[in-house]
Amino acid sequence: MNTGRQKRMISGTTMFDGDQARKGYALNKMCFSFNSAENRAEFLRDQEAYCSKYGLNEQQRAAVRSLNVLQMLAAGGNAYYLAKLGGIFGLDMQDIGAQQTGMTKEAFKAKLVAAGK
Amino acid sequence: MAKIVGGINVTHVPYIGRAIANNLQQDPYWKPFFDGFPPVHDWLAKVKPDVAVVIYNDHGLNFFLDKMPTFAVGAAAEYNNADEGWGIPTLPPYQGELDLSWHMIDSLVEEEFDIVTCQEMLVDHAFTLPLELFWPQRKSCPVRTVPVCVNTVQFPLPTPARCFKFGQAIGRAIESWDSDARVVVIGTGGLSHQLDGQRAGFINKEFDLMFMEKLISDPLWVTRYSIPDLVELTGTQGVELLNWLTARGALLGEVAKVHANYHVPISNTASGLLCMEAV
Repeated sequence: MNTGRQKRMISGTTMFDGDQARKGYALNKMCFSFNSAENRAEFLRDQEAYCSKYGLNEQQRAAVRSLNVLQMLAAGGNAYYLAKLGGIFGLDMQDIGAQQTGMTKEAFKAKLVAAGK
Repeated sequence: MAKIVGGINVTHVPYIGRAIANNLQQDPYWKPFFDGFPPVHDWLAKVKPDVAVVIYNDHGLNFFLDKMPTFAVGAAAEYNNADEGWGIPTLPPYQGELDLSWHMIDSLVEEEFDIVTCQEMLVDHAFTLPLELFWPQRKSCPVRTVPVCVNTVQFPLPTPARCFKFGQAIGRAIESWDSDARVVVIGTGGLSHQLDGQRAGFINKEFDLMFMEKLISDPLWVTRYSIPDLVELTGTQGVELLNWLTARGALLGEVAKVHANYHVPISNTASGLLCMEAV
């Protein structure tokens, strides 16, 4: 995209803007479908077929296969939609936070508590 | 004309729904959060609102990225909650207030806020859980409701200044509604938190406390920040504070603090509660 505007860079942070929304549409649409229990069950029966149904590209499929949140974000995923995918595997926000920051879950939880001191 | 009795801003996190369902209010993890609410219950019992205008953001239950309105107003007789995909209980429907919905829609468009109108609208935890927190003893919510959804999901987001003005227009719409109803304005979300990226877990207590204080005394203070500034200061989801700012705008004139609570963390979020009334 060439809008002539420079993007604001914030370390460790991706703003879900038009570029991300374009890149991640198929992945986010698949995650949106997980509002339905029937769809969640269908995904679990055959993940590859379900990814094909929503037209995920190879980068997105690899990220979903490995359940790697940073890779899903790089592939255009949005946190709110990805959380629905995380929910299928019983991952809570501290699991997801720990995975992205390379910490243990206990260390990540302790970091949150420390932020309140 | 209708009367605005005041406003309440509060954090919404899906897991509050699970904590309520499992009666964990006095569990050591949840107690500092739930203990914030009794003064708000007392205040609501005193001011007795009939209607709640709830300003919140949808998290992919009603809206997907195929159509993403910046501002949307509900105009339904009833609003249903539904499965959000992360395993929290689905709550019973909430009653609408169609007369106020359409009066707000007319008034907002007249004031050049070209909102999206929704005669069907699913409401997610950001709408339902604050109502459950404010009226916990009721099987069903005792107020009629008008949902107002603000896009905090897909950038560009509306600027803080625009949200404040939108809130003021909502306030003027309520006060010009030909009704003897008593209306409470609710803003939900925030405060600082970031779910995604290497900076996940980011919380900014100093900023949150300043924001809560300034919302009472100088609500335009936060409009000095751009959306990217707010992402940097409060996290990618901390920008949900736009809903608090919109609700504050709707209170129009000067306000006094009735009650406030702040606790870190619930889930990955700095939780805030701020109850305000006109002076």
